[in-house]
Amino acid sequence: MTSHAIVSYAAYLPRHRVLRDELGTALGIRAGRGERAAASFDEDSTTMGVEAARRLLPARTAPGALYFATTSPAYLDKTNAAAVHAALGLPSDAFVADLAGSARSGIAALRAAWLGGGLAVLSDVRTGRPGSADERDGGDGAAAFAFGAPDEAIAEIVAHASATAEFLDRWRAPGSPVGDQWEERFGLETYLPLIEDAGQRALKAAGLAQPDHVLLVSPNSAVRKRAVKLFPARLSVGGSPLGHTGAADPGLALADLLDRAGAGETILLLSAADGCDAVLLRTTDRLPDARQPEPVAGQLAAGRPVSYPAYLTWRGWLDREPPRRPEPDRPAGPPSARGERWKFGFTGSRCENCGFVHLPPARVCKECGAVDAMTAAPLAGVRGTVATYTVDRLAHSPSPPLIDAVVDFDGGGRCTLEIADAAAGELAVGARVEPVFRRLHTAGGVHNYFWKARMTADTREEGSTT
Amino acid sequence: MSSNGIRDRVAVVGMGCTPFGEHWERSADDLLLDATQECLAATPNLSPDDVDAYWLGTLGSGQSGMALSRPLSLDHKPVTRVENYCATGSEAFRNACYAVASGAYDRVMAVGVEKLKDSGFSGLLRSDPPGDGTAPELSLTAPAAFSLLDPAYCARYGVDPGAMREAMTHVAWKNHANGARNPKAQFRSVVSKETIERAPLVAGRLGVFDCSGVSDGAACALIVRAEDAPQYTDRPMYVKGLSLVAGPARGAMDPGYDYTTFPEVVHAAADAYRQAGVTDPRTQISLAEVHDCFTPTEVVLMEDLGFADRGQSWRDVLDGAFELGGRLPVNPDGGLKSFGHPVGASGLRMLYECWLQFRGEAGERQLAEPRLGLTHNLGGRPGGCVSFVSVVGPDLG
Repeated sequence: MTSHAIVSYAAYLPRHRVLRDELGTALGIRAGRGERAAASFDEDSTTMGVEAARRLLPARTAPGALYFATTSPAYLDKTNAAAVHAALGLPSDAFVADLAGSARSGIAALRAAWLGGGLAVLSDVRTGRPGSADERDGGDGAAAFAFGAPDEAIAEIVAHASATAEFLDRWRAPGSPVGDQWEERFGLETYLPLIEDAGQRALKAAGLAQPDHVLLVSPNSAVRKRAVKLFPARLSVGGSPLGHTGAADPGLALADLLDRAGAGETILLLSAADGCDAVLLRTTDRLPDARQPEPVAGQLAAGRPVSYPAYLTWRGWLDREPPRRPEPDRPAGPPSARGERWKFGFTGSRCENCGFVHLPPARVCKECGAVDAMTAAPLAGVRGTVATYTVDRLAHSPSPPLIDAVVDFDGGGRCTLEIADAAAGELAVGARVEPVFRRLHTAGGVHNYFWKARMTADTREEGSTT
Repeated sequence: MSSNGIRDRVAVVGMGCTPFGEHWERSADDLLLDATQECLAATPNLSPDDVDAYWLGTLGSGQSGMALSRPLSLDHKPVTRVENYCATGSEAFRNACYAVASGAYDRVMAVGVEKLKDSGFSGLLRSDPPGDGTAPELSLTAPAAFSLLDPAYCARYGVDPGAMREAMTHVAWKNHANGARNPKAQFRSVVSKETIERAPLVAGRLGVFDCSGVSDGAACALIVRAEDAPQYTDRPMYVKGLSLVAGPARGAMDPGYDYTTFPEVVHAAADAYRQAGVTDPRTQISLAEVHDCFTPTEVVLMEDLGFADRGQSWRDVLDGAFELGGRLPVNPDGGLKSFGHPVGASGLRMLYECWLQFRGEAGERQLAEPRLGLTHNLGGRPGGCVSFVSVVGPDLG
């Protein structure tokens, strides 16, 4: 069996946090302390997957495959991985596929990528009824892994083993936003021998008595609490850093550990979902120099509160009065396909004659009039400065008011973009922003994916100190 | 830009204009009939079928020439429907004038109509062709797009935001005060500056009173060769210059554009002034009807039209230069702000005020001996728009 190694990893955590004490007060329940990472109204599993994958180190060769895992697919029947592929600007000869539906899809994407090479993108928005454990203890986020040649490895797959069983622990009917759970202890008792079995076989295959680190993730919270007692580890035992995140769970747990683990350390990753998958990894001495720029812990700490009523509105539990404006039209298929590189890849055109940058791309230069003398100007990774902005209280938005800014990009190019993750009072002329992939709205069952601008971390910090 | 112009070759010899407002009881068909009947009633012995050709301007209240020929039951007439955003009414007028000037027709009529209040929504509706969903104007509303002028103007000229707010308030206050003297205006009350500034915010610093009225209405003009004009009226209104510019929409892509001007307006004004022989608009223009869709628009337009120096119009506004009794009355009929803005009719409504002023029929708003009038109509938004400018007058030469 040929096995590919992890050569790069990255996680994306949405910026918003639901405060559990606010949730508890609103509903009159005990919801505990702390906070829950919440995807914004304009984020879904696809957009978060894009943001995680964009943070991967530039690949030596373009990945030939992309596996996208989620329990909250934005579309059925249509491959969500294709939107991720388009947003990343990957070559058209790549194979991409969704592994969608259950928590085990996360491991499936990793496994497909380590066996065949390519990208595994794990992303999820976990929604529960107001007051439920899924709402309180779940989390939204994404993680991406690039698998490649051993000489680039930051972590190798040393061994793996799986166990499977059919039993009713967590389930959800198609179309329902929320899932169900049998008595938790039934799941726990069923999982324990499966975890033991898969874990021991992986360790045995690797000839290892005790790993340096153990990670255990599961949709069953009782299993998660039992992690410490199941497999002793030399250095650390942990799990998902932000509660259960569905198919993203094993990815976020692993990314968080790779932020901290040393070189040459072994990691036993146990994912208990309708059985158990055990993956034994060993980090390499390349890891310390190839960690993701924004560690999971740092992203977790950089959250900002969203009010519980706003969160309920975003998830559709609170049906609030919209502005007296028509709903937007659904994006049309052929124009979206023609504009794929613009709409999904944020690629404009640069005049070969005079250098003027056009967003969206144009065939006739606005500066010099040259016709069809353009080269692609990909700006998704380019920062810009807010030239001017406005707060639109009349516009139709899933979360009014809408904030739009005129952004001038470094090196040329101007575009009017919606501002993501900002409150009305935070923005200023001169603020530094970066493009982020978002879902503008959904109309007629079609998601309108496009780019917004978000204040860069350094701009946000400047703002908070003044 | 080269345009030969048709100075003094055609004349308006009759006009009609319905009251603008929320006409729940009247359809676009009714409004078209009311406006054209009013116009023809003032020119005895003329029936709709005596008009050789029609131009109908409407943004969205009908399609094709039949939107006019059907309600008027015209007898197989050439009717052209035009659309050019909020400059639609002016565009109908421009094309009708050129048809007469060309000699193709003796008598034509430009008609504009809009029925906005049947939609149930606030503001204007868009009807865009199917697209990829990325155009900012799909989400950003018109008040938001024009609100960008305010902070940009303050930043460019170092104007204190409080002073700019006062100038914007003054524009709304003035246009409401003018509209209060106009029996056909949608809003006919004087509004206090305090009320204007305390209104709920719509976008940026623009409140409800910084926005033009959303209304229903129709207006029309009967146009003939200048030499034929005396057959119809002893007080015709002559067309001195007509200019229309569609911008390349460069500002929205150009970091060099700073949202303190409409280049399209500057171009259209220069062209119209040249055609009309206007060399000093501040002294030669007696009144101007401009596209005050939002209050900061009027502030910026004063500079683009050459009525004020760059960076100074806010001061001139506050000094009362553009009030009824000021050095250059702007929007004496109340403007879009209080007369209302039924899109396809607005450009013709502006000409209607010039028509009344030249004839001495403007009632409480009457200016003393106006010699040249300017109308300015704009469609689109800062960064990319169409702009129309006309110069008209009561005298030949």
